[in-house]
Amino acid sequence: MRWMWIDRIVELVPRVRMVAVKNVSMAEEHLHDHFAASSVREALPIMPASLVIEGMAQTAGILVGHAGGFREKVILAKVNKAEFSAEAVPGCTLRYTATINQFDAGGASTSGVIELLDPAAPGAAPTRIGSVDLMFSHIDQNMAGTEFPKENFVFSSTFKTLLRMSGIPDPQP
Amino acid sequence: MTRDDIFAKIRSVLVDALAVDDDEVTMTSVLTTDLGAESIDFLDIVFKLEQAFGVKIPQGELFPENIAQDQRYVQAGKVTPEGLALLKSRMPHVDFAGFEANPVLKNIGTLFTVETLVRFIEGKLAKQ
Repeated sequence: MRWMWIDRIVELVPRVRMVAVKNVSMAEEHLHDHFAASSVREALPIMPASLVIEGMAQTAGILVGHAGGFREKVILAKVNKAEFSAEAVPGCTLRYTATINQFDAGGASTSGVIELLDPAAPGAAPTRIGSVDLMFSHIDQNMAGTEFPKENFVFSSTFKTLLRMSGIPDPQP
Repeated sequence: MTRDDIFAKIRSVLVDALAVDDDEVTMTSVLTTDLGAESIDFLDIVFKLEQAFGVKIPQGELFPENIAQDQRYVQAGKVTPEGLALLKSRMPHVDFAGFEANPVLKNIGTLFTVETLVRFIEGKLAKQ
């Protein structure tokens, strides 16, 4: 699936919290360039922080969309905070936990924690590697009155497949 | 809570929401042109004010909404007299004096200064 940066939703408490996971794989092409070997250092394949943020945006965005029955077009409007203390490396699993702080007709704010699960250390507690706080806009409710297409282009079939594969009923089947 | 206390909290909200320095935020600072606020920042500011002051701010109470789509209130990019009357009744914390002469909708953001927020919060707290 294109541009999906989470693999599975593992917990959903509607309007409160959602947890999703993403397996970081060496097969992902961008890891070969981020960072490629150079004359002064060996290759260092790590998932770009921008894509880790995108994973949190998808986790939190689905949570916010679900809270509104997927009727609103939920757009990431602002990254309020993004802090990282360690890298996401291939062979590990990222665990995104997104929590809704505030939600109203205009949008929502969320806070999120990113943890790393290492399959080489089964039973070990997940390591917290970052936090990302986001703002989402319900774009049809924008102040400028700009009109957007009627169909919900945000929550496309790709997202619905993810929900179905995660065993989560679609509120708008 | 005194006006100075309210201002201090609002300054903290704006420093956080707009990534500006403390000393950039004065009572006369315009949220858009002086502090760089964009449309999404208005929602962020509302959320942060709610948390900072423990109040609920319904959509459209602090900043205008749902007038742009209505031809009674906006025509050819300008707010109509009926629209202005509606805005004034909904938002007593806003000083519309300078805006009335040339009520271009896209300039409406310039009406919102730090003092506007202070007046708004004073009004909310007085009702509690």
